[in-house]
Amino acid sequence: MKNPIEKLNKVFDSRIRLGIMSALMVNEEVNYNALKELMEVTDGNLASHLKTLEENGYIKTSKNFIGRKTNTTYTVTKAGEKAFKEHISALEKMIKLLG
Amino acid sequence: MDEQLQHLDTLKDIKRMMERSSRFISLSGLSGIAAGVCALVGAWLANGVIESSARYSNTHEVRELRRTSLDSGADLQTYLGNTLIQIALGVLIAALVLGFLFTYLRSRKTNTPIWGTTAKRLLINVSIPMIVGGIFLLKLIDIGNYGLVAPGCLIFYGLGLLNASKYTLAEVRYLGYAQILLGIISLQVMGNGLLFWALGFGVLHIVYGAFMWWKYERS
Repeated sequence: MKNPIEKLNKVFDSRIRLGIMSALMVNEEVNYNALKELMEVTDGNLASHLKTLEENGYIKTSKNFIGRKTNTTYTVTKAGEKAFKEHISALEKMIKLLG
Repeated sequence: MDEQLQHLDTLKDIKRMMERSSRFISLSGLSGIAAGVCALVGAWLANGVIESSARYSNTHEVRELRRTSLDSGADLQTYLGNTLIQIALGVLIAALVLGFLFTYLRSRKTNTPIWGTTAKRLLINVSIPMIVGGIFLLKLIDIGNYGLVAPGCLIFYGLGLLNASKYTLAEVRYLGYAQILLGIISLQVMGNGLLFWALGFGVLHIVYGAFMWWKYERS
């Protein structure tokens, strides 16, 4: 049997990145401010995690305007959804194996 | 074993984040208590109006009047109906204003935005069964079937809560079940509408609100 650790996604090692993905999985889109409040992190920290996720093709950014303010929203991509589900099932398998 | 616990924690984190991001969690228990108190005051006022109009219709003059004119009974009914609708509207507005106030204060305290996707979803999902119920109940009043109004209020409100519970604190579901159950019981013992209405909108709200406040907001 293959070692399930190999299936664990390195990108999701970070609690914040996993948190962002969790929020995006259950919402059509989440904007930057809502993510910041949910994760309770600083701007710089959040921005760098978002960048990592986007570079891996797991999330999509879209910028639009509400009045004069920019509103940046994030959605999960097909690839992101697949990677997240695989990560969860790897976690579940490991719990079963270890238990 | 440590590793297993760590993975379990990660899964719990994921679940928590999914819930936090998709549910409106600022709903304050104090809002429930305030709504319950408004309902009890309203029920007390309504009871006064019903009793005094019953006394009035039993006075000698009114009985005389009724013998001579067939309309006076209907007039009294309309007057009573209008007064009760005014009380109900007053209770609804007071409960909404106070309910909003306490939830607003809580959202300020926990630093979560009050108006967002989660609030919108909660509002839409609680509103649909309640608006449908409202239209249905107005028709019942229109055709003079007052006996079904109180059970109807409880049942439709319970369905609204049940529908909304997916988008806010999960405990709202139990308040919904309790309202529906009370509504069904009151269908079986017709003639005690106001009492059941006061139990559901007054007592249940206060019990629920106090429990939620104790569980989440006590500090």
